[in-house]
Amino acid sequence: MSVHPTRRHVLAGTALALGALALGRPAFAQAAKPKVAGVHASPVENAWNSRLHAALQAAAEKGTIEYVFSEGVSANDYPRVMREYAEGGAVLIVGEAYAVENEARQVAAEYPDVAFLMGSSGEPTGDNFGTFGTWNHEAAYLAGMLSGRMTQTGTVGAVGAIPIPEINMLINAFRAGVAETRPDAKHLIGFIGTFFDPPKAREAGLAQIDAGADILFGERIGTADAAKERGIKAVGSLTDYTSRYPDTVFANAVWNFDPILAAALADKTAGNPTGKNYTPYSLMKEGGNDIAFTASMVPAEAIAEMEAKREAIKSGAFEVAVDMSEPK
Amino acid sequence: MQTTIDILGSVGLWAAVLRIATPLIFGVLGALLCERAGVLNLGIEGIMTFGAMAGWLAVYSGAGLWTGLLVAALSGAAFGLLHAGLTVPLGLSQHVAGLGITLFASSLAYYLFRLAVPISGTPPTVEPFQPLDFGPLSDIPFLGPTLFAQTAPTYLAILLAVLLAWMLARTPLGLAIRLTGENPHAAEAQGLDPIRIRIGAVVAGSAVMALGGAFLTLAAFNSFFPTMVQGRGWVAIALVVFASWRPGRALVGALLFALFDAFQLRLQPLAGGVVPYQVFLMTPYLLSILALVLVARRARVPQALMQPYRRGER
Repeated sequence: MSVHPTRRHVLAGTALALGALALGRPAFAQAAKPKVAGVHASPVENAWNSRLHAALQAAAEKGTIEYVFSEGVSANDYPRVMREYAEGGAVLIVGEAYAVENEARQVAAEYPDVAFLMGSSGEPTGDNFGTFGTWNHEAAYLAGMLSGRMTQTGTVGAVGAIPIPEINMLINAFRAGVAETRPDAKHLIGFIGTFFDPPKAREAGLAQIDAGADILFGERIGTADAAKERGIKAVGSLTDYTSRYPDTVFANAVWNFDPILAAALADKTAGNPTGKNYTPYSLMKEGGNDIAFTASMVPAEAIAEMEAKREAIKSGAFEVAVDMSEPK
Repeated sequence: MQTTIDILGSVGLWAAVLRIATPLIFGVLGALLCERAGVLNLGIEGIMTFGAMAGWLAVYSGAGLWTGLLVAALSGAAFGLLHAGLTVPLGLSQHVAGLGITLFASSLAYYLFRLAVPISGTPPTVEPFQPLDFGPLSDIPFLGPTLFAQTAPTYLAILLAVLLAWMLARTPLGLAIRLTGENPHAAEAQGLDPIRIRIGAVVAGSAVMALGGAFLTLAAFNSFFPTMVQGRGWVAIALVVFASWRPGRALVGALLFALFDAFQLRLQPLAGGVVPYQVFLMTPYLLSILALVLVARRARVPQALMQPYRRGER
């Protein structure tokens, strides 16, 4: 059957659709679920974005928010996509301002009623542009403590993307953890100069294994593939890589976005200004980061001292140093 | 100095050279074949991305690894046909068409990947090519763990370089391709059809490029990321010039580039702190430019490269 739409059909259809929209509106408003938009510069499989996406999805499944998102948004499209969601009724827009620090703040200034929560290297701006850092360094420190006990050769390696402050801080904390349990350990470092080249991260990992490393800290995905290939152990970062590399990754410095999201949402709902720095919610005592490890792969005494340190971090008795200098 | 000698003498370095070079060898051979027929193919970066996705997706859907490579090659050929259609019979700008293909193929790869694979925490994996076991050959000191410890596609890449060199230099088909790239009017006078030869070369060359992408997802790694080709295609385009449009030199050029890269990856952990890491990262590119300057002065460019051929036009 073929359909030949006439002007009358189109008009009738449009009227119907508009009517349905108008009818749908009150029902939607009654649900009163805040609409939260995620604007991801990378595919949501990228480790960092996957943490935001997981927290947002979990909130949506619990029914506390309505979650919409765009992924793979390039820097020159980013402000436009932010505007689209701001116009489309989102009350909170979550994303990353790293490549668009100025432009993102301009958009935020245009939409004072919308809260923006952005991963950023800069400061919060105005009443509605909040920022957060990715601080899973405490968990990295704990993973380093386990690594120090486990290394046979006394050499541990780390593969990172680019020495930006947050990555430096993470690798330095891992090293500090290793140094606590193995003060004479030798540290190798490799930066691959890009965020998305797993084959290159794997080659950097293999190069460090050739240089004597028997534990690798994989700030980048691909590092653990080198460890798996050579039968050594690896530490994952941001997300839990245990199921992907079951006999290789024994610990992960997991970062949880949930506390940051919850805090920003609470501020927005209560009508408080959201233009603040939400990084403190990344800390372990807030549940913002934690170690996920496989006990059967780690010596029992190493676990005991690590757990003790974990409690000390949570209680505030011990503070993991924040060192943003480039690891050498 | 001692460090440099130690690194150059290490087995790990030379094994890494072959691994890093493989996608570049496929890429440079594909680009070279297109250009010898007179067509610049800047679609390479996108075609490699699409090949990486298509090959991976085939294997993820249950096909064998070799079938995955075949699917990648066919998808590359399809984009080659599109590029050839635009640039050969229609005679459009090869730069614009090629860059358009790169944008189109990369985006389409991302889109199809998203349609076919549900979102998950980390990208799903396949079981990739494993290094081949050559029995006694693999036990030879030094050569065993370097030359005889690679995955199958690496040997395919080297074999293709030899085949392409032989085909271009020794067969009537190779002569026809070269003639079309130098002077399509002369080719036509010889009773050849420059249009068909160019289309064929671009389709075949694009299929070879796509294999380079598939190597990344089926041997070098086991998942697909939409941005994972990371400029390897552009490096291949530069290597064609470095190679003076000769397959043998293209092979050497790809290996040389990979040597610099493998070397810097090993130097960085040892000499880090003394020299900023960025210096190491740019070393392969810097040395390639230097080599390019030295070699390209004597390069013989196919005379009809980037000149559309219109029948009967003088």
